[in-house]
Amino acid sequence: MFGRIYNIVLKEFIEMRRDVWARFRLIVPPLIQVIVFGYAATFEVFNVSTAVLDLDQTQESRELISRFSYSGRFKITLNARSQAEIKNAIERSDAVVAIVIHDGYSALLRKGETAQAQVIVDGTNSNTALIALGYVNEIVMNFAQDYARDMARRLHGAQPPPPSVTLEPRPWYNAGLNSRWFFVPGVIATLTLTLIVNLTSFAIVREREVGTLEQIMVTPIRSMEFILGKTIPFFCIGLALMMLIAGTGTLWFGIPFVGNPLVLLLGTSLYLMSVLGIGLLISTLCSTQQQAFATNFFVINPLFTLSGFSFPIASMPMLMQYLTYLNPVRYYLVIIRGTFLKGVGLDVLWPQFVALALLGTALLTISILRFRKSLD
Amino acid sequence: MKLQRLKAIAKKELIQVWRDPRSLMIVLLMPLMQMALLGYGVSLDIQHVPVCTYDRNGSPQSQDLLKLFEASPYFKIVRDASSYHEVSQALDRGDCKIAIVVPPDFSQHLDTAQATPVQALLDATDDNTASIAMGYAQAVIQTFSAHVQLLRQQATGQPPLKVATQAQSRVWFNEDLESRNFVIPGIVAMVLALVGAQLTSLTLSREWERGTMEVLISTPVTRFELMLGKIAPYFLIGMLDAALCLSIAVFWFQAPFNGAVTTLILTTALFLLVVLGLGYLISAGIRSQVGASQVALLVTMLPTTLLSGFTFPIDQMPAPIRAITFLVHSRYYVTILKSIFLKGSSLLQLGLPILMLVIYAAIIGILATRAFRKTLD
Repeated sequence: MFGRIYNIVLKEFIEMRRDVWARFRLIVPPLIQVIVFGYAATFEVFNVSTAVLDLDQTQESRELISRFSYSGRFKITLNARSQAEIKNAIERSDAVVAIVIHDGYSALLRKGETAQAQVIVDGTNSNTALIALGYVNEIVMNFAQDYARDMARRLHGAQPPPPSVTLEPRPWYNAGLNSRWFFVPGVIATLTLTLIVNLTSFAIVREREVGTLEQIMVTPIRSMEFILGKTIPFFCIGLALMMLIAGTGTLWFGIPFVGNPLVLLLGTSLYLMSVLGIGLLISTLCSTQQQAFATNFFVINPLFTLSGFSFPIASMPMLMQYLTYLNPVRYYLVIIRGTFLKGVGLDVLWPQFVALALLGTALLTISILRFRKSLD
Repeated sequence: MKLQRLKAIAKKELIQVWRDPRSLMIVLLMPLMQMALLGYGVSLDIQHVPVCTYDRNGSPQSQDLLKLFEASPYFKIVRDASSYHEVSQALDRGDCKIAIVVPPDFSQHLDTAQATPVQALLDATDDNTASIAMGYAQAVIQTFSAHVQLLRQQATGQPPLKVATQAQSRVWFNEDLESRNFVIPGIVAMVLALVGAQLTSLTLSREWERGTMEVLISTPVTRFELMLGKIAPYFLIGMLDAALCLSIAVFWFQAPFNGAVTTLILTTALFLLVVLGLGYLISAGIRSQVGASQVALLVTMLPTTLLSGFTFPIDQMPAPIRAITFLVHSRYYVTILKSIFLKGSSLLQLGLPILMLVIYAAIIGILATRAFRKTLD
């Protein structure tokens, strides 16, 4: 039995060795993907293009505006001279934020009244807008506090400050709030999903479409052995991909790996069972590669988007949240981020491991049963 | 170019699609299901962040502060810890995303009118959720701080202090800052890019693998006729898919639509041409179906999710990556869709992205015609 499995595995690897392009497609695109993800995937907000209209033109108004540009969060790209120019800039997306300081701003300040600084935000990208608004409020609030303190000092001399409560944030696991640390390890999950499901389903459907599957079935090989022989190479490729991406992430991007590599390895093996199961299941449903391809797209995209990879599961409606319990990517992402960033072990991650083991067993069993039937 | 030959190819391709009802079903059902799943699932709005509290002070003041967190719609208190160990365990397990720790001398500090820090421990593995949650926590603390100051002033009989200046902010185009409003048009672009690539990227490699290419080569059909004939039927299917997706976006998900329908149809048709052309180019370049499918997956799925501005803002990317995004077709379509939906832009206002798509289509047309050679090796 092992001899026959070994022969199929060997055949698959020989095929891979002969095809330079196939190897190229296995290594280069994943590398590009990790690097692009590392640089491009960020929700952080810096240098927001900002238009300014200062109708007051006083020391105070200039001070407030300079605080925006010195924060590093905003970059003043336009000094407008009229409201129309501001409107235009926002509409054409030349600026995401606009600050308008009306005439009489400093006069109100000096009188001790509350002076308003008008801020317009393009809400087209709600996430950027929300974060930018947070920074706007912070900057204006700091300005207000400093101004009030100065005023009080000038009027009454040194006075005890009023009581205040401040928040002291301590971000754990990712102290610099670096998006890269969140996304790059996650790429392991999405990339192995895309590549392995596609490779597995095509490998079997191709044999069926070209007609070589029947030839194989008249040899003494059993269907179980055939499946194992077909999936073992992809399992190895999956593990290699995981190491390739983890290596690039830690060595190139300097992402910490604080957990136990063995935990990640075990998690990856369980995850690959589910992924191979999905690929096999698709292959039993399709008779041509065109169908397999359409089905892959159909299956991979929701699994990818609804995994918590970039959109938090907690933000989904309840029904969707329940559906994600069926998504193996969801559990694997928790394991990846847990081992990379949090450094937690099996004592914390065991529910994810159990879920992946159950899903993997179920998917593989169904697909093997279906595969046997599809041969008759 | 002869219309007759073009028609023959297109007809043959249509018959092939028609005879494979399963593929046709997938092609028509896929966008529907994707739209439904993603439309519901994709959201960046953050509410009910799970909070763990640890009150080391246990005074009425500290309880008042924690009650404010309880009352906020952005937070949900899931645990009241009694030790640091418990707090770190809750964060480790992911039971809570933020832990508020009130220091033991909180009420004394407040009584002696000092600045009093309250600690917020955040699970920052997801940095975006963490920074948004931090902003919400800041707001809660500010409210409390203002309340404390007011009480103190009332007690000492001082006139209430006025805030020196305030930001009066207004949000345009998406007043409620709902992520769905910008995500839904992005999903339409993504689904169309995927469906389009999937439709044409195997058309030529299939002929190679099945051995029908030799027959096709021996016919008088020219390279250009072949390309048009192969793309035309899928263009029809693609437009049907586009109509489905856009209707779901507007009628089902009620994405605000402020633009003109003709603008939408014209730009969508242009984008489909680009997407189908790209699929054809891949198919002409790679003779095995596995290879073509892998390349199609990688050049459509990754760039549309990552580099199109659909989720991640392009202006926040480093310059070299920003340069790459100019090569991503869906970047232009995402811009166009968002502008038509949210800003109600006209054809003229969208001149630049439309021009880029036209150039894109032309380049792909030339490359795709050239990539296919009527020779056997």
